[in-house]
Amino acid sequence: MNVDILNRTGLQAASMSKLAIADCDIHPRPAGVGIGGVSKSLYPYLSQRWIDHVEEFGITYRQPWEKGSAYPKGQPQACRRDAFLPDGRAPGSDLRFMAEQHLDPNNIALGILNPLTSGQGATNPLLSDAIAHATNEWQKAEWTSRDRRLRASVVVPYEDAAASVKEIELRAGDPNFAQVLLLSRTNEPLGQRRYWPIYEAAAAANLAVGIHAFGNGGWPNTAGGWGSYYIEEMVGHSQSQQALLTSMILEGVFEAVPNLRVVLVEGGLAWAAALGWRMDRQWAKLKRELPHLKRAPSEYIKTNVWFTTQPIEEPEPRTHLAEAIDWIGWDRVLFATDYPHWDFDDPAHAIPLKLTEAQKQAVFLDNAKTVYRQA
Amino acid sequence: MTNPAPIDCDIHPVVPGLAALLPYLDDHWRETVVRRGIEDLTTIAYPTRNPLSFKQAWRDASGRTGTDAATLGRQALDPFGTQLAICNCLYGVQAQYSEDLGAAFARALNDWVAKEWLDRDSRLRASIVVPMQNTEMAVDEINRCATDRRFVQVMLLVGSDVTLGRRQNWPIYATAQRHGLPIGIHAGSMYRHPMTPVGWPTTFTEEYVNQATAFQSQLTSLIAEGVFAKFPDLTVVLMESGVTWLPAYLWRLTKFWKGLRSEIPWVSDPPTSIVRDRVRLTLQPFDAPPEASSVMRLIDHIGSDEMLLFSTDYPHYQFDGDSPIPDGLDKALAQKIMAENPLKTYARLKEREIVP
Repeated sequence: MNVDILNRTGLQAASMSKLAIADCDIHPRPAGVGIGGVSKSLYPYLSQRWIDHVEEFGITYRQPWEKGSAYPKGQPQACRRDAFLPDGRAPGSDLRFMAEQHLDPNNIALGILNPLTSGQGATNPLLSDAIAHATNEWQKAEWTSRDRRLRASVVVPYEDAAASVKEIELRAGDPNFAQVLLLSRTNEPLGQRRYWPIYEAAAAANLAVGIHAFGNGGWPNTAGGWGSYYIEEMVGHSQSQQALLTSMILEGVFEAVPNLRVVLVEGGLAWAAALGWRMDRQWAKLKRELPHLKRAPSEYIKTNVWFTTQPIEEPEPRTHLAEAIDWIGWDRVLFATDYPHWDFDDPAHAIPLKLTEAQKQAVFLDNAKTVYRQA
Repeated sequence: MTNPAPIDCDIHPVVPGLAALLPYLDDHWRETVVRRGIEDLTTIAYPTRNPLSFKQAWRDASGRTGTDAATLGRQALDPFGTQLAICNCLYGVQAQYSEDLGAAFARALNDWVAKEWLDRDSRLRASIVVPMQNTEMAVDEINRCATDRRFVQVMLLVGSDVTLGRRQNWPIYATAQRHGLPIGIHAGSMYRHPMTPVGWPTTFTEEYVNQATAFQSQLTSLIAEGVFAKFPDLTVVLMESGVTWLPAYLWRLTKFWKGLRSEIPWVSDPPTSIVRDRVRLTLQPFDAPPEASSVMRLIDHIGSDEMLLFSTDYPHYQFDGDSPIPDGLDKALAQKIMAENPLKTYARLKEREIVP
């Protein structure tokens, strides 16, 4: 989504894209499924009981539509037009095509897969569990085992912590997986205790926890009711991420699981400093309500939380973005493209700032290696 | 250079109890309150004993303060040499599920404010509290109160039933614009939905922190639905919203506007410009960065010296010491915030000789 990008001073040279890059948000999708529904590509990894169920009853979420997502997207399937396969198959459904269009030309050395049509938040928790498990098998069989640049996310049915823990334990120690994946719009704020076993299991397995925008928790997407437009939903992912991060910090998740690594994906990053200031200012007055917090709330952001860049904020002038990152620290920032979605950030142009060599190395590769424990 | 006498754009007279409003309710509603045993309309937004609800030094024996004009004048106006102050009465009339109860309490509250506060201290002005439960009733209440020119604004709560930009709310904006009244959106809620988009918070701290995200969403709604285009003379004031979240929010919104403006073609100006021209924010809480040196960087990110309006948020506990002006704020800007910006925002504040 790089509009209005030309004729600026301080743009990265085009050769930037030739550096080895970690892309921390890539979306593979089983062929033959749009948003909603269950792809037949997952059938090899589902039991007959769930195949029969899906064939007859489909899959439902806390939103209105049998097909498609809550708000009509800006583009079909929210994807780049050029990411559809020549035969019409879904964007992100074919490894070779993805490699030729994205991984090879952009020199992606490490790509984190975040499958989104994976049954997470489905109204039926047992079905959610089955689809999540199948999605993990599918990622391993059809993606990570075939391309060593890619790492899978352990998709978990997060509304059922016990089932999620089982799935995480199954993947512990498997180098195909680099993180546990949650969506941001859950049934309750993610700091609440019902979700803590997921964090404990992820930390025990030395896996980061990625929390990607979207999901269907059933609550209106604003404190003042449902927005009307897709743009409200998209901008609103930042408010959901702020809310869940506030919840995780104030509930004491990072005191209970101090080695937990959380990656917030696709919700922006420039807001993090101001949220930290607001939490700290209120905590100073209200801390007797939160005796379990040993540090100021913003401190946990600096030790336990990372942010992916896409969609990177674009202030005027762009130097303001550098100041916003200074406030949280450059070690918190992970580059991401969101391939194959319409608002893809091109690594050659996405961060139109004059970065130092150290900042480039950190944002485009090293921070990701650290958080995902990749050598 | 001495600072001009400030205009405080967010103070809160406190209703001592529902009994105070009884004289302002008509017979039916007075009887309803008594017969049904309705005790009080203080909401969980500002629980009485919570540290944020009343600054400790100001509390009286009841644990509260600001329940009469003399006390408020002594604590909130005199120490700052305040020339004018806008009363935003927070009493849960908007949270009633019955729109009739909401309308009856809103009428009583506005009449109580006029009589017990505005009549007693000539420095005081007020916002019109409206029954957000029903647009027609809200419009009636604006029309009823607006003839008293000491009412300078219409107040809504950020936690609405439906997003504030939606067309069903537009008659409120049309009426406010016609009377030259800004729309002030204040922290607080009708409690139809949780304060977060991901469910009900556990603690007061969490709820309060999240009010800033509620303001962000409402601003998106007002912009996306085209309220600012439809009502070109309307100003929106965010009150007790926090301030420092604004730039990062606008960067994201403006980026998505570039990508998705075909969905909302009536929004022809970049959201950042709309907000700089048409939206104002009260100063407290500012949610300042820890280093004073970052404050002016943040102001630079906001990109305007006209958006901030002086406020103490009395009697809420927002700042320590004697000054609500955050450390690090440039002196010239502080001066504008004190009186110049409020006078530009509220047309009725310039009318000094007011006959109710």
